[in-house]
Amino acid sequence: MSEVDFECAEPVNPVEPFLRSDRMPHIWCPGCGIGTTVNCFTRALIDSKADLEKLVVVSGIGCTGRVAGYVKLDSFHTTHGRAIPFATGLKLANPNLTVVVYAGDGDLSAIGGNHLIHAARRNIDLKVICVNNLIYGMTGGQTAPTTPEHATTSTNPYGTFEPGFNLPHLVDAAGAVYVARWTAFHVRQVARSMQEAFKKKGFSFIEIISPCPTLYQRRNKMGDGLDAMKYYKQASKVKNGAPTGEVGLTKTGEIAVGKFVDRDRPDYRELMVHQFHESLGAEYVETGECACS
Amino acid sequence: MKADPAGVLTGVHFLDGDHACCEGALAAGARFAAGYPITPSTEVVERFAARVPKVGGTFIQMEDELASSIAIQGAVWGGAKAFTVTSGPGFSLMMEHIGYAAMTETPCVFVDVQRGGPSTGLPTLPAQSDMMQARWGSHGDYEIIALCPNSPQECFALTITAFNLSEKYRVPVMFMMDECVGHMTEKVIIPPADQIEIEPRRKTQKKPDNYKPYAFNGDGSLVPEIAHAGEGYKFHITGLTHDERGYPAMTVSAQQKLVGRLRDKIRKAAEDLVLVEQANTEDADVVVVSYGITSRVAQRAVDEARAKGLKVGKLRLKIVWPFPDQLIKKLAQRAKAFVVPELNLGQMAREVERAAGGVKTVCVPHAGGGVHQPEDILKAIQEAMR
Amino acid sequence: MAKGTVKIVVERCKACGFCVEFCPTKVLALSPAFNSKGYHPPHMVNPEKCSGCDLCGMYCPDFAIFGYKMGEKSESKEAAHES
Repeated sequence: MSEVDFECAEPVNPVEPFLRSDRMPHIWCPGCGIGTTVNCFTRALIDSKADLEKLVVVSGIGCTGRVAGYVKLDSFHTTHGRAIPFATGLKLANPNLTVVVYAGDGDLSAIGGNHLIHAARRNIDLKVICVNNLIYGMTGGQTAPTTPEHATTSTNPYGTFEPGFNLPHLVDAAGAVYVARWTAFHVRQVARSMQEAFKKKGFSFIEIISPCPTLYQRRNKMGDGLDAMKYYKQASKVKNGAPTGEVGLTKTGEIAVGKFVDRDRPDYRELMVHQFHESLGAEYVETGECACS
Repeated sequence: MKADPAGVLTGVHFLDGDHACCEGALAAGARFAAGYPITPSTEVVERFAARVPKVGGTFIQMEDELASSIAIQGAVWGGAKAFTVTSGPGFSLMMEHIGYAAMTETPCVFVDVQRGGPSTGLPTLPAQSDMMQARWGSHGDYEIIALCPNSPQECFALTITAFNLSEKYRVPVMFMMDECVGHMTEKVIIPPADQIEIEPRRKTQKKPDNYKPYAFNGDGSLVPEIAHAGEGYKFHITGLTHDERGYPAMTVSAQQKLVGRLRDKIRKAAEDLVLVEQANTEDADVVVVSYGITSRVAQRAVDEARAKGLKVGKLRLKIVWPFPDQLIKKLAQRAKAFVVPELNLGQMAREVERAAGGVKTVCVPHAGGGVHQPEDILKAIQEAMR
Repeated sequence: MAKGTVKIVVERCKACGFCVEFCPTKVLALSPAFNSKGYHPPHMVNPEKCSGCDLCGMYCPDFAIFGYKMGEKSESKEAAHES
């Protein structure tokens, strides 16, 4: 092994300072893509020179929900489907925070669907990272709203017969200002999208299609995590700006990736403050933070 | 510390309980509320929505009670004092997040303006049938504190107590109003801010390097010190069973340690958490135990009974949970019987009976929708005397 | 002379194969060795081809490998701007 290091500094994995090393190894399976997205997240934090003291991660429940516990940031592992409303309260109480919601497809679009829709509608300034492994992983491989038609899951043992959700379309229609989809194969693009989302004011949504080797891949006889990544590489077509209605997923078909939506509109807080200034004038007490002493 | 004058509407007012509760929250320092409309509670947040932009703070009407009950917790960790307001059906929806608040020790207040149940029930009519739910509604072993006002004045004053207790014990506090008290309009005196005592948030003074979110304090207190997001502590909070570092620790011993401390945090403080109003209980043959609106009807019955020469004492619960076991036990040593009128089919009566250790407990149930007739309570007192 | 090299935390590796597959210059292969969990960690079979691009590090879901350019102070040290 050649590890000649000319400088005196011992090289450190860029992700390492962001990990709670005392909690390694993590619980994710071999070939699971969640850890890959964490590398991208770290890269985005470094490149955007984010203020790490003000960067908060709020997660839901499930495999992706465990991200909050592994990153060395203020982080909250909340209840299933409710990371977004928790994050909403957090952001409104302290607008100086940059609030990232890191959750899975089932958490965000099934039990959390209502909150996803309303936060997008309101354009709450949240950066939502949706790791979509097309299944409920942690609980053993049940059908998720995103599971493609005809896939086999533990609750559809004879194959699903419901169409899967097209999440970019859903959040676009609800009002999100930034919508992108990549896969865990697209590490550089994921990191770049995350960086853009950090800078964006309003509701940003990044969907990352990611392998679940143990349940989705195995039950559907699609190989392992690496096979999934190879499929993503082969089947992905970059379609920046594509109409989100056309980016639905199927079990083995094309995966439309890219930045679909990037528009500007005032976020919730901006709208709120403006409205109060209009209606109340001098009587309005605008506070940055709602902090108690 | 004293209340922030910005939130204190000092003066003599004519307010209903819902409105007075809102003023109590503002006086206590609440600057964030999230809620969802539900009769008969909505006025609390409607008033907050009108008041808080002029005081400084935020109200957001969330898309449902599930969102409201967790948004307030996000706000707490972001630095605010926060509360939500609901009635029966919404209270049921909030149960998971009440458990989350108990588990993560998030100080916040849940106001339940009780109405007829179960299910949609009687949206505009009073009941007191969520009392057991307030204590046991979420899954798992956990403790809460619950208060019960019986007048708009108390809706103001006891709301402040509710916030103070939630900060002192880092526990969710249930403020159990009822539709009658919520919609009854009476004189409410709001004192100057410097006469209102407020419990500050228990912020840690430790540096990030040696701060553990759930460490035992070492001062004998079982209440950990809190840090807010954005202050550089980089802490982790989870609803999973966790250790002192806040990290998931799913073992028998971690569970025992954590859930045991959560229980002891409140149970060991039980004597400090007795808040009642008593009259003539020292020599009473019968003690009437009541709370909320029923206590006002019961007062009439007690007065009439005493006028008839009966030795009747009155015990009104202001803090209902933790239940004042020791007090009931003490009264049970002298009293022949307890009479417990409530707007339900017997909820707190079970607690009285349990603590009374064999002393007769006469339940005066009412399915809800209205209040008791004083004569029904008087009849029960007379029956208890026999 | 290789422009870069990798560092592998053998015990974290779960042999998913991402780094092997996606290294642009095919530097890595799974080794015949085992770690204590029974996985075959990767090793450099074409070390001279390593550019230190750190794509392996970005792909690795277990934070078990990263690449860096030699002859420069590691970017990661500067990036580790936390107390």
